[in-house]
Amino acid sequence: MNYLFYPGCSMEASALEYKTSMLAVFQTLGAEVQELDDWTCCGASVAPVMSDLLGLALPARNLALAEKAGDGRQMVVGCSACYVRFQCTNAAAADRVVLERINLALEVENLSYGGTVQVRHMLDVLANDFGPGVIAAHVKRPLTGLKVAPYYGCQTVRPYSAFDDGQSPFSMVGILEALGATVYHHLREAHCCGTALLTTKSDVGLRIAGEILEAASPADCIAVVCPMCHMNLDSYQDKVSQVLGKPVKIPVLFLPQLIGLAFGLPDRALQLKRHVISADPVLARLAA
Amino acid sequence: MTTPDVINLTATKRDPTFVNRLTPAGHQLYTCIQCGTCTASCPSAAAMDITPRQMWRMVQLGLEDEVLHSKTMWLCSTCYQCQARCPRGIPLTETIAKLKQIALQERIEEWRESTAFYLAFSDVMHRYGRMREVEFMARYFLSTNPLGALGYAGMGLTLLRRGKLRPELPRLRGEGRLDRLFDRVAELEGRQ
Ligand code: SF4
Ligand code: SF4
Repeated sequence: MNYLFYPGCSMEASALEYKTSMLAVFQTLGAEVQELDDWTCCGASVAPVMSDLLGLALPARNLALAEKAGDGRQMVVGCSACYVRFQCTNAAAADRVVLERINLALEVENLSYGGTVQVRHMLDVLANDFGPGVIAAHVKRPLTGLKVAPYYGCQTVRPYSAFDDGQSPFSMVGILEALGATVYHHLREAHCCGTALLTTKSDVGLRIAGEILEAASPADCIAVVCPMCHMNLDSYQDKVSQVLGKPVKIPVLFLPQLIGLAFGLPDRALQLKRHVISADPVLARLAA
Repeated sequence: MTTPDVINLTATKRDPTFVNRLTPAGHQLYTCIQCGTCTASCPSAAAMDITPRQMWRMVQLGLEDEVLHSKTMWLCSTCYQCQARCPRGIPLTETIAKLKQIALQERIEEWRESTAFYLAFSDVMHRYGRMREVEFMARYFLSTNPLGALGYAGMGLTLLRRGKLRPELPRLRGEGRLDRLFDRVAELEGRQ
């Protein structure tokens, strides 16, 4: 299988370990993945607030590049905020008038978009193009006894997801079970992580993140599939503990890091040391 | 501001065309049946001065000042839960982005701690074509609350030590990576 890959800003910086682990897992599974050349920021939730057209033109610039480079290949993204912007732009571009306007903007970049690039979330590709059966076949070190709380977040499954349920998502379940882990279900799996509120309205944002951490806390770790979810759940646990008035401490791993552990992939691909909350308790449980 | 429980509609300035500006929902907002599903679904509702359901009713009534003056839209984290669940299928989340856009154009100062976030993000994106988290946060805190940054200093150091933040020297001169595209969009939208 052959994909283009759009990393997006976070996977290139704060969530680099998500990128390296994802690419290593794809490689093990036999997928060919080529990073999109010359990509730029998708605009996240900020561009549509700056202007309607900017909110479409920034994602479309990358889609146009992908169309040119792709030979019909689908484009994989790991960040749910990027994913939602690309899906939204494709939906808007189905209207020829809108697409023409987008292309008037892209002219200055010598690009033009025809509306044909299919964008897939990394989780969608893992769950549906490969699936639990193929993943299980590559497991060398099953995660037996490890209790994992899946956390999908909001924009992974809403509102454009074609691959999972927007209210009760389940696509991580088969994967985690294929790794030999035990799935710990909780009531905050598709809730919002608080996104930018942790910066702009921290009292509100910390409470929202705190509810998720609390709901997942009986598990050994949380599995996430978005760099922003990871940042909010991993690096603010000190502050969350203050807000909740009780200590919270639970490792948060990217799903491909967990898959990589089970595949026996090297440290250099998994980069578990980059997290604020140490993943050592997870490793200790697996060693036991 | 706190919104009174009773609003005297005769004595309050109203703009019946307000709803027209609120794309993509627009007139669909008149189909809201005030069921309250949006409020019940919203992770931030408890912290809002007017709840999402109240806000959509106020939009119907053309209470533009009251709506733009409330902090409701700035507490929206774009989680799409209200939009996904609204029984009338109104694109609520995307319409809140429009409310933020109008407020950003007309009331930047009033909501500095939020508007500064969007402006700083946009500046960095413009200049480098990609996000630079350190410069973005520095710009944000400098333009809002430099002392507030201290509350994040410990966390910032931890992130630096883990290699999660990459300090890079700002490049303030010369053409920005996305200047041409930003300028063209402004031109097409008649903002130049
Ligand atoms: S969920 Fe929809 S119909 Fe119900 S109150 Fe909210 S906007 Fe109105
Ligand atoms: S999209 Fe915004 S308003 Fe709607 S439920 Fe989520 S946070 Fe609340």
